[in-house]
Amino acid sequence: MSQGYKFSFPVKGDNFDDAGKASVEIKRFLKGLGITGDVLRRTAIAIYESEVNIISYARQGNINICVTDASILINIRDNGPGITDIEQAMKQGYSTADDHIREMGFGAGMGLFNIKNCSDDFEILSEVNRGTLLKISINR
Amino acid sequence: MTLHEIRELLDARVLAGGNHLDVEVKTAFSADLMSDVLAFAKPGSIMITGLTNPQIVRIASIVDNSAILIVRGKIPPDETITLAEELEIPVLSTKYILFEASGRLYANGIVGCVRKIEGPGSVVPL
Repeated sequence: MSQGYKFSFPVKGDNFDDAGKASVEIKRFLKGLGITGDVLRRTAIAIYESEVNIISYARQGNINICVTDASILINIRDNGPGITDIEQAMKQGYSTADDHIREMGFGAGMGLFNIKNCSDDFEILSEVNRGTLLKISINR
Repeated sequence: MTLHEIRELLDARVLAGGNHLDVEVKTAFSADLMSDVLAFAKPGSIMITGLTNPQIVRIASIVDNSAILIVRGKIPPDETITLAEELEIPVLSTKYILFEASGRLYANGIVGCVRKIEGPGSVVPL
């Protein structure tokens, strides 16, 4: 696996009924690749939070995963509105979620913060009106 | 406590995963905010919630919850039950409210996943 094992999952925005579907599938898949325990759990949580972000804020997005012997690299790209103030968005409790999102039990302003917490390396690149790219790395 | 004992204590109905009730539970996380479950629940803990949508099952699967306990006598839609059977996550429903259900479990030795949240990124463990 020196080249790494790569796969990609598309996620459609505004489809709350399916929220978490991709993440559950990806977790099962990663388990099949021999990833277990805390690494699997942190990866799954980071992907879940990212999936819910795409559904909440973007029309569509993509979860790209590359598994190498040393780490799991996750790139999450969406064509949403972008983040005006990344520093503020990272703060625990800050959220721009609407009532619909909150009724489902989301939008607590924990997402990006939680993703960072689960990652060994984390970067956000965002452009207003263009979209957001999250780069997550988790060591195996 | 085993899920069997929890079922008895809270006079709960088993809605899914009836074959997995021998599992031993030591910790719990009560919340109606799934974001908080994702942030603070520990593997093996029981999720206690008043929500009933299928997302609770997906979250339980992501964070490795041993089971879901639905409070206030709510019965989830069929999609939730079907998904729980598929992902092998036991779902119980009790008529007790969140506070009562949590308190009764605590009185019987179940503790929280963490004790306090002191501030951003700062969790006080048990």
